[in-house]
Amino acid sequence: MIKRAFPSKYALPRSPIGPADTAILLAMFLLFYIVARVGAGFFVAFKPPVLQPKVSLDPANLPYYAIRSTLRMFIALIGSVAFTLVYGYIAAKSRRAESIMIPLLDILQSVPVLGFLSVTVTGFIALFPGSLLGLEMASLFAIFTGQVWNMTFSFYHSLITLPKELDEAATVFQFSKWRKFVSVEVPAAMIGLVWNGMMSFGGGWFFVAVTEAISVNNTSYTLPGIGSYVAKAIAEKNLKALGLAILTMIILIIAIDQLFWRPIVAWAEKFRMDKSTAATHATSWVLDLLRSSKLPRILGLWWRDIRRKLPTIDVRFPKKPNLRFGWKKKKSRINEDLIFGILIGTIVVGAITAGVHIVTSEVPAKEVGSAFGLGILTFLRVVGLLIFASAVWTPIGVAIGFNPRLSRIAQPIVLILASFPANFLFPAATIVFIKLNVGLNFGSMILMILGAQWYVLFNTIAGAMAVPNDLREMAANMQLRGWPLWRKLILPAIFPAWVTGAITASGGAWNASIVSEVVAWGDKNLTADGLGAYIAKATTAGDAPRIVLGVSFMCVFVVLTNRLFWRKLYALAETRYRLG
Amino acid sequence: MTTITPIQPLLRIEGVSKVYPKPESGGSFTVLDDINLTVNPGEIVALLGRSGSGKSTLLRSIAGLSKPSKGVVYSNGIPVLGPNPDIAMVFQSFALLPWLTVIENVEIGLESKHLPQKEVKTRSVEALRLVGLEGFEKAYPRELSGGMQQRVGFARAFVVQPRVLMLDEPFSALDVLTAENLRGEIADLWEEGNFPAKSVVLVTHNIEEAIMLADRVVIMSSNPGRIRGEIRVNLNRPRERNSSAFRAMADHIYTIMTKPDTKITPVVQESTSLMDTTPLPHARPGAISGLLELVEEYGGPEDVAVISDRLRIEADDLLPILDAAVLLGFANVREGDVTLTEIGRTFADAEVDDARDIFRDQALKFAPMVRTMHEVLRASRGRPVHEDFFLDILDEHYSDEEARNQFETALNWGRYAGLFDYDSDEKTLQIPEE
Repeated sequence: MIKRAFPSKYALPRSPIGPADTAILLAMFLLFYIVARVGAGFFVAFKPPVLQPKVSLDPANLPYYAIRSTLRMFIALIGSVAFTLVYGYIAAKSRRAESIMIPLLDILQSVPVLGFLSVTVTGFIALFPGSLLGLEMASLFAIFTGQVWNMTFSFYHSLITLPKELDEAATVFQFSKWRKFVSVEVPAAMIGLVWNGMMSFGGGWFFVAVTEAISVNNTSYTLPGIGSYVAKAIAEKNLKALGLAILTMIILIIAIDQLFWRPIVAWAEKFRMDKSTAATHATSWVLDLLRSSKLPRILGLWWRDIRRKLPTIDVRFPKKPNLRFGWKKKKSRINEDLIFGILIGTIVVGAITAGVHIVTSEVPAKEVGSAFGLGILTFLRVVGLLIFASAVWTPIGVAIGFNPRLSRIAQPIVLILASFPANFLFPAATIVFIKLNVGLNFGSMILMILGAQWYVLFNTIAGAMAVPNDLREMAANMQLRGWPLWRKLILPAIFPAWVTGAITASGGAWNASIVSEVVAWGDKNLTADGLGAYIAKATTAGDAPRIVLGVSFMCVFVVLTNRLFWRKLYALAETRYRLG
Repeated sequence: MTTITPIQPLLRIEGVSKVYPKPESGGSFTVLDDINLTVNPGEIVALLGRSGSGKSTLLRSIAGLSKPSKGVVYSNGIPVLGPNPDIAMVFQSFALLPWLTVIENVEIGLESKHLPQKEVKTRSVEALRLVGLEGFEKAYPRELSGGMQQRVGFARAFVVQPRVLMLDEPFSALDVLTAENLRGEIADLWEEGNFPAKSVVLVTHNIEEAIMLADRVVIMSSNPGRIRGEIRVNLNRPRERNSSAFRAMADHIYTIMTKPDTKITPVVQESTSLMDTTPLPHARPGAISGLLELVEEYGGPEDVAVISDRLRIEADDLLPILDAAVLLGFANVREGDVTLTEIGRTFADAEVDDARDIFRDQALKFAPMVRTMHEVLRASRGRPVHEDFFLDILDEHYSDEEARNQFETALNWGRYAGLFDYDSDEKTLQIPEE
């Protein structure tokens, strides 16, 4: 008999590290290194206008700039998530808070973020004197405000529409508030949160690009990043640098999509409560890699051990003994509400009076009227954009959405296109406008279309995909073709999705008007007549009364169209055109 | 020279297969395997199978909504290449457009026909009337209950007046009672004879539903979907799901479906062969005997009108008695004159006990219902048999009321002849104890 000279492979203590783990460990170390290295740049000395970071067009610097911009995006995202969880939770749980927080949220999301840059930039720089951190904060704040409202609304909405059975189960099993938040409310809101986060994050690139190189109050500020790289390329008319920046941006968006959002979307699938819509099952190779690795499990076990050894920290909200039914007493509510209402009313009226005072003290009445006229011009551009995007992309979106194989390929691509900051393409378009002698009055609409059209396409595809197969079969069986098919089935069926897309597109377009009604290539400037240009000029000049006037008018336009038009269409979509 | 064209089947399915590629493994998955089937005018064909038997896929191939991988579907002799205009479909999920009113949903069916608006309206209203939805024209589907929504689904299909109506599990999204109700109404419409389609193809996994509605039940096997065979349903309409013949057929099909390997045989209709249900004239034995005595008294052939006058009964009431006498071989009627036969005369003259024996012999010989009932009771070896057993069988051939009358007549004859005893408390029949 032969004695075993070597232990069998089963006898060896099994290495906890497989190839998947090695890859993940390496990726983690790399990530830590990059964050530490790039993050240090946030705190360099900064004394504008003398001491400012320089941006070099050397392509070798591009990866660094790209990563620096990306870091900003993620910091803003973390801030957005934290804000969303807190604000949404309070708004959903307190009736009184809700009565003010939700209308406020509604207004805030209608407000053009870019209109406030002059205020935020000067404010943050004053807050952190002598350090670049102030400017960084201003940029982060702009990105944050660009993405947070959507997410907060989504979370709030999930909280107030929490399935009744889940709520009852949490009550029956005596969950503490913290436990309910962690195990019921956040999971139930997860899918909406992830999707809104992904869409908002995509929109955030636009703000990164704008805020990294801005002129406020007659001073130019530069933050090292891919946005300021593009700005410098424009100033120096460097087409090669511009092309490289666009290429980098595309790579960056795809990489973040593959490494970050895809895995999260695929992971969030497990929180899906309705089985029906799971037809489009998201998959991610990164998530598969993570799942096949032992590392997360090992870390999880470690964490459990550590937690056991730590003294238990009770993070639960104080729990009231709740032996009786939770009907609240109603007696003194009316009085308190009245006082509360008067308080809020006073603040609102005060703010309006102050605003009106600031404006009227410097801006002549005639200019107020002409500013309103400029608002109408920009409004017409938004309308034109919606008509164009709908006419072009609805048929294409429906064709894609009705073909499952095509939509599987097309949907992620459209999502990436929607994330791509359209202002990177503005210089190229500007060159064409200059060459073809197209005035920016028309050209700015094209610039707005560049960014906003994808929301219409993306939602139309989603809407067409959601049309039940039975209805399509019915239409085929009833021999519906051509226009009758569109009129009876397709247009009504995709209407809710179209409304969602159009609202997003028009909101984006109002914001984009501030950067697309004034563009430059080298020393050549193009300006359109519009409210966006009015705000942009006032911002550059640091003209506070005109900023207030322009931004207020823009808010009025956005809020009014929302109330008078979109809200009604939305209600119609929710009632009449709701499927299933 | 003329050529005789055979009746064109409405649908002819020739060697239809459907194969889907498997995206993961790169292999393929056969949903339908070599399906051959014809559907003729005037019949309801049920495709019965479990999930995975491809019955819905087959339906979609016939409707031209899904292209077979192999084989051809001919509709009215023409190969189906796109959505089949000869067919209107009723969907399990109703497939109503929520943004259209009830009548607009029905009008969809006529959209492609380019008819004048007025005709569209009248036909749609008529279709709604047919399904009992008058007055709901302006309602939206979501205001209606599931059962009413499916009625709209039926109306939309009816308004097309298709050659073939395709029903894709139309009742399975409804609750049991609603489904039963709607199913019954559809069956009634079919039986009334002015159904707005020539034929019906019903896809279902519900055995009773198939028997209830279909003339033929095509049984499909699963994975891959194949036709295992078919069973003819010869039960009279309207069908009673509690009748023994219905139950026997349901049991039979259930057995077939739970045993994938059994060969499909026609149902052995034991229960119906148990009893001959040839109708009996409604006459009591006493009345028959009385009539015969009267005729015997007068000696010769007697006119029916005269007898009716003598007995002071209406001719309508006399005729069944006469018929019974003729059936039992006691009398002949020729040109309105009644003559007694030899045995009839003996019967008229006999004492009570003898008369009973004669009547028994004649009843066993000429009244098949009485004879077969007697056989059933004998076969039960003296155990009492509930009257419902016989009534159920009769129910399949007669209306409820007539079944009762037939039973009463047979019971009277049998009791008079000493063939049955009847316990009116227990409502049971049995052989008299010797």
